[in-house]
Amino acid sequence: MAVETKRRLLTTSKAIAEGIAQEMERDPAVFVMGEDIGAYGGIFGATEGLLAKFGPERIIDTPISETGFIGAATGAALSGMRPIAELMFVDFFGVCMDQIYNHMAKIHYESGGNVRVPVVVTTAIGGGYGDGAQHSQTLYGTFAHLPGMKIVVPSTPYDAKGLMISAIRDDNPVIYMFDKGVMGLGWMTPNPRATGEVPEEPYTVPIGKADIKRPGRDLTVVTVSLMVHRALDAAEELAAEGIEAEVLDLRSIVPLDREAIVESVRRTRRLLVVDEDYRSFGMTGEVIATVVEGAFDYLDAPPARLALPDVPIPYTRPLEQYVLPSRERIVTAARELVAGR
Amino acid sequence: MLSEQVQLEMHHQMVRIRRFEETLQQVYMEGKSPAFDIAAGPVPGEMHLAAGQEPVAAGVCLHLRVSDAVTATHRPHHIALAHGMDMQRMMAEIFGKDTGLGHGKGGHMHLFDPATHFGCSGIVAEGMPTAVGHALAFKKQGRDEVAVSFFGEGAANQGAFHESLNLAALWNLGVVFVCEDNAWAISVPKEKATAIANNSDRAAAYGIPGVLIPDNDPVAVYEAAGEAVARARAGRGPTLIEVKTDRLLGHFEGDAQIYRTKDEMETLTQRDALKLYERRLIAAGTLTEDGAGQVWVAAQAEVDAAIEYARQSPYPEPEAALLHVFA
Ligand SMILES: Cc1ncc(C[n+]2csc(CCOP(=O)(O)OP(=O)(O)O)c2C)c(N)n1
Repeated sequence: MAVETKRRLLTTSKAIAEGIAQEMERDPAVFVMGEDIGAYGGIFGATEGLLAKFGPERIIDTPISETGFIGAATGAALSGMRPIAELMFVDFFGVCMDQIYNHMAKIHYESGGNVRVPVVVTTAIGGGYGDGAQHSQTLYGTFAHLPGMKIVVPSTPYDAKGLMISAIRDDNPVIYMFDKGVMGLGWMTPNPRATGEVPEEPYTVPIGKADIKRPGRDLTVVTVSLMVHRALDAAEELAAEGIEAEVLDLRSIVPLDREAIVESVRRTRRLLVVDEDYRSFGMTGEVIATVVEGAFDYLDAPPARLALPDVPIPYTRPLEQYVLPSRERIVTAARELVAGR
Repeated sequence: MLSEQVQLEMHHQMVRIRRFEETLQQVYMEGKSPAFDIAAGPVPGEMHLAAGQEPVAAGVCLHLRVSDAVTATHRPHHIALAHGMDMQRMMAEIFGKDTGLGHGKGGHMHLFDPATHFGCSGIVAEGMPTAVGHALAFKKQGRDEVAVSFFGEGAANQGAFHESLNLAALWNLGVVFVCEDNAWAISVPKEKATAIANNSDRAAAYGIPGVLIPDNDPVAVYEAAGEAVARARAGRGPTLIEVKTDRLLGHFEGDAQIYRTKDEMETLTQRDALKLYERRLIAAGTLTEDGAGQVWVAAQAEVDAAIEYARQSPYPEPEAALLHVFA
């Protein structure tokens, strides 16, 4: 029989749903809870088709009771299940954060390592489409600041599936954050980078390993998620002017692949960090600190960063576009960084 | 028996709201076809419209002064309009313009208006504690203003609902809690989300009156709200009112509503509370066919003027994004 070699393309949302489905087939302890994850398939499509496959006992539409069902995910995990709980938008974490950071994230430590909490919390992040201050944040820095949770932030369909399978098999709480802009949703601004090749069989992508999405010699752009796409767009433009940007996709914020960051910057000698999260006390500062600690003597220029100024995300388009990092802004920042080379 | 004036004013408010929502529905689609792109057009982002829920807004807000505090949800337009919000500045906010209530920073889920003491939130149930706080302030200040919190039946399963009811009851505050039960929380039907049939029964847990309006009837809402508001003004504490109402459109615009049947949608259209109410007024001789037509024409003109105002208004300068983080 001829070997099928046709490339199979999936959107990120379908890749995530496939990863969940394959783990559910493999392990009866896996189930999903969340708002509108059943018939609707998840507002961002991360559970599309799962209700039909697994039925309402394993794909559970919940009331709007995030404290309740996310806390219940912790309890179910403590009693032998491997729940996935979807927090529809990360912005809603405020109503249930106690269950997440005081319980889910701390129990393993408080038990002296004797109790495990294998929960995956999936949640949508990101703005840029006019959804206002309560539906556009990324907030991974907020979660990353609190010990005890792994924070996964995929940018491609391939990574999304592999990281989802890793997250489900992980014995720790994993906050799995998908940017709406990387999902390949039909109702958002089309993004060709949100569709990509995804193997049909189950596979894992390790949590905590960054990935060079584009090699380059002149500067390192460290980023995650949708900003990887923006950085790749910018890198293409920069290449036309002879600037070769390396794009390092962290893929997870916790654990942070500090080695990969330091290794890349030691080669390129310049660092630009691009982040869709708030600027202060977040990912950009942590990455820059990592480089200052590990590659200070290699730097040819002070590290630079692009992030949301410390303001809530405004609704109206001109203001929202003003605060978000963009391809143009990455290009400009990169040019400035390498000027005088 | 309600006065003719009240009956007609409720009709007027309901028609204004309906024209506002249906016209905005059209405008929202500008730039979003042939392919729907939520980020495109003059009004980006999510858009939650309240066509079908007019009886709740009209029936309750007619009892209110603009100094009474109102908190609403992600679906706020009907309440805002009935409570007297300036339609032009409201529309300008929805268009993201500098002349909008929040200079375009808030958008349709974040309408804040000191002139009508109105606020809303996109986080389900989170307007409820704020309403408790308004009423607490009124009590401390010795004022007889009341606070009204509107929320969907989906919100009644949040902790904030129960905490707010308990606080308001415990402190004997002048809050009216109004549950708009449109049977759906996005795609999740009430019976799959709520352990009991009627949220009004939950009032018993806090020792306060719970009133059920089973049929989306503006007159019934008006009467129940009248009692609740009077009670709150008189310092006799909170009331929970539940209205079985209808969401005639999708959860948000662009929602294909795969979770609702055609039959259900048809039933809803047939029992459209605004149409039924209008027919009742005409049958009773309170309103003529012509008179009704004039109300619709005037409402459309008002909405068109608001849209024109919004379109003509300038956007804020991009740098304005950095203002207003702190007072
Ligand atoms: C805390 C929180 N959880 C979830 C959501 C997402 N969400 C927005 S509206 C909605 C349904 C609300 O249903 P209901 O309260 O009945 O109001 P309706 O939409 O029917 O007016 C949901 C789940 C949210 N905005 N906030």
